[in-house]
Amino acid sequence: MALKNNVPEGPLAEKWISYRGAMPLVAPNNKRRLEVIVVGTGLAGASAAATMGELGYNVKAFTFHDSPRRAHSIAAQGGINAAKNYQNDGDSVWRLFYDTIKGGDYRSREANVHRLAEASVEIIDQAVAQGVPLAREYGGLLANRSFGGVQVSRTFYARGQTGQQLLIGAYQALSRQIAKGSVQMYNRHEMLDVVIKDGKARGIIARNLLTGELERHAAHCVVLATGGYGNVFYLSTNAMGSNVSAAWRTVKRGAYFANPCYTQIHPTCIPQSGEYQSKLTLMSESLRNDGRVWVPKNLDDAEAIRKGQKTGLDIPEGDRDYYLERRYPAFGNLVPRDVASRAAKVVCDEGHGIVGTGKGVYLDFSSAIERYGKSAAHTQGISNPGKEIITKLGTKVVSEKYGNLFEMYEKISGENPYVFPMKIYPAVHYTMGGLWVDYHLETNVPGLFALGEANFSDHGANRLGASALMQGLADGYFVIPYTIGTFLAKEIRTPKISPDDAEFVAAENDVRTRLQGLLDVQGNQSVESFHRRLGKIMWEYCGMARNADGLTKARKLIQELRAEFYKDVFIPGKQDEFNPELEKAARVADFLELGELFAVDALDRNESCGGHFREEYASAEGEAMRVDDKYTYAAAWEWTDTTQDPVLHKEELVFENVELKTRSYK
Amino acid sequence: MSHGNMNLTLKVWRQKSGQHKGSFETHKVEANEHMSFLEMMDVLNEKLIQERKQPVAFEHDCREGICGSCNMVINGMPHGPQKGTTTCQLHMRQFKDGDTIVVEPWRAAAFPVIKDLVVDRSAFDRIIQAGGYISVNTGGAMDGNAIPIEKDLSGQAFDAATCIGCGACVAACPNASAMLFTSAKVAHLNLLPQGKVEASQRVLSMVNQMDEEGFGMCSNITACEAECPKEISVDNIALMNREYIAATLGSDKTA
Repeated sequence: MALKNNVPEGPLAEKWISYRGAMPLVAPNNKRRLEVIVVGTGLAGASAAATMGELGYNVKAFTFHDSPRRAHSIAAQGGINAAKNYQNDGDSVWRLFYDTIKGGDYRSREANVHRLAEASVEIIDQAVAQGVPLAREYGGLLANRSFGGVQVSRTFYARGQTGQQLLIGAYQALSRQIAKGSVQMYNRHEMLDVVIKDGKARGIIARNLLTGELERHAAHCVVLATGGYGNVFYLSTNAMGSNVSAAWRTVKRGAYFANPCYTQIHPTCIPQSGEYQSKLTLMSESLRNDGRVWVPKNLDDAEAIRKGQKTGLDIPEGDRDYYLERRYPAFGNLVPRDVASRAAKVVCDEGHGIVGTGKGVYLDFSSAIERYGKSAAHTQGISNPGKEIITKLGTKVVSEKYGNLFEMYEKISGENPYVFPMKIYPAVHYTMGGLWVDYHLETNVPGLFALGEANFSDHGANRLGASALMQGLADGYFVIPYTIGTFLAKEIRTPKISPDDAEFVAAENDVRTRLQGLLDVQGNQSVESFHRRLGKIMWEYCGMARNADGLTKARKLIQELRAEFYKDVFIPGKQDEFNPELEKAARVADFLELGELFAVDALDRNESCGGHFREEYASAEGEAMRVDDKYTYAAAWEWTDTTQDPVLHKEELVFENVELKTRSYK
Repeated sequence: MSHGNMNLTLKVWRQKSGQHKGSFETHKVEANEHMSFLEMMDVLNEKLIQERKQPVAFEHDCREGICGSCNMVINGMPHGPQKGTTTCQLHMRQFKDGDTIVVEPWRAAAFPVIKDLVVDRSAFDRIIQAGGYISVNTGGAMDGNAIPIEKDLSGQAFDAATCIGCGACVAACPNASAMLFTSAKVAHLNLLPQGKVEASQRVLSMVNQMDEEGFGMCSNITACEAECPKEISVDNIALMNREYIAATLGSDKTA
């Protein structure tokens, strides 16, 4: 099937405007008769459900959490980009568009990214109107800060809790619609299948997690806003519950999954401390504004630190390798995420790592403390300040900027980062790949839409900092409420869909059989232990650096692990009860399939781009090399039957407005 | 890693469902001081699963102190002994080798137990639905910089808005009052110019819903503030009381 991206004709900057002018409208009396299911209540899902409820559609919203407010958007720290140009530093919709295309290493769709940049401006206005307490200057106007990979200051923030504040804003808007009855909220319900009738997505099978009961929910269309799949790596900065199952179930029913191999590995996370570790914690990118990344030059020093015989403080300045500053003098510590992560891996692979596992580097604030301390002493009129005063004053400045992050670091690591340099290492953070969608955010299955991190559309092969919140809210507040009308305008004569139709009954039976199959294995190994093993395979062969041999091996290992899972997993309890182990088992079963597709996709893409680094495609200095003449496409995979090879459908990416260049941060 | 290992005795609350009676169950766990409290609970559950027993049900998700899912009363204290810390961010180095640790669910009539340590906190959602929002539809908002807001005021609203909705305030309160939770939302929105328009209706509706849910009255014990993992101030309760009185006097508004 040829993929039609349905991008409107016309000049880039006019596509979205002309689309909205020409699209069919659904009259209020018809909206009242149309039903929409929204799965997931993060930024994208909550904003979409709220807005469509406001418009008059009958919305049913689903979350597996106990409350819509718990979605993992809440954990985003740094900020949200918007082309407001409040700083008068030359920002514009075009620049935000361009930075995002370049940051994504020229692997995203121009028209979608431009629309994202246009919507960014409205998001800030909307959030402020809702009472989101974004940071302000003394004059009472909104404040901005800078993020990696760009030259303007366009990031809006709410201390280190921007995701929380924006999600609470969307959750409140959603709560208002719930109170009005335009959104019916289903908490503690997990989508376990999509129902397709006459070729269109018409409902879902959801499991009531408290009772275990399977429920059939029908609607005129289904919107997924179910997040990313970073937990296929087991250890990631995602929440424990984040999973791919809702999206994956639609793949099993014919939806295409695009670019699964594009994963963002975030350079600054707290390193793993032991085998028992359940997740990794991010330390915001903003820290790289002031922190300097280094490892000991001498392997002996690194070993002594790993054994606990020395600390970072014992290494004299001349014996430290500030490798980002050395390799990338132009951008230094502020190179984009993919570049910083790979550089950390290189020095650790060479034996310079500074934690017990060998996988850790320093993020050091001593220079910043000294610099700020001297400046503060000068401001206060202290002449010839001693080291003690400088440290004291500098520590205060650093704590004002990053206090909550330093506190979190100390709680987790037990070390004071004002004294000892922070220990950090890259970790899986975000997935750029996801369900393939067209300009309407509609998958190849009519009536099935995907928003936010669940789709593939805007970030190409690498996402810039502070762009995830922007995309989630753009999709939910400002894109889907329009584009869904294009689908629903054709459905105004479609009567209410009945959940008792044969397709629903059959899908429910499929789910019941699948869950019972998992319970009936009654083997000897826990779900968690399989998930952990899958994560190790993924990290080893599909992580920061990949090669054809490793990926081929990974695919085989995952297939074997999947077979073992269905022979030897043990799940206590039954279907018709509250059973968190069964929930987890169904999710891990899907990760065991997605993981294989991930390896297949990474093997297909014989180039290095963004977060996808193939060792065979690197320059002599170890920099990534794209192969534009062969791989300027989005890889949309069809895979309904895991006994067959996945089928690749290519969407050629056409760049009419920007010239493809090699990214250089030297 | 043998360094920092610890042997613990856990007394964990087990309760099959809200309809069943619950009781404490004692387990030995080998932990490590670098583990988070929930990772220690993972070790216990892995052991129970190996013994083909039911693992302990508990809520958790982000494990970085922001989603508000985790909720354990540890040695009598909601979220355990460390100040300003959620259960998931509490690490085992706060305990000693040989310790006995008692783990219970939130206990409040308005938070019925679902299973073991999992309780139903949907009452909080309904309090927000009663008025914890600003009534603006998507689209048509004026420019973000159209209303300047004093930095300190914005900061004060932010401090209240950092509530994660975990319910520790209710669990800490001898009256199981939800005043800190409700007042944090009232303060966040009523302080801001955007929220002033509906300020009196908001406080009336939210307080009314809070009472309907069966939360207790506030008797100024302030245990809520002491146990709040986000250290939200009881000043918000005072603010809400003032707003409530102002809304009831000289107004014909009703909840």
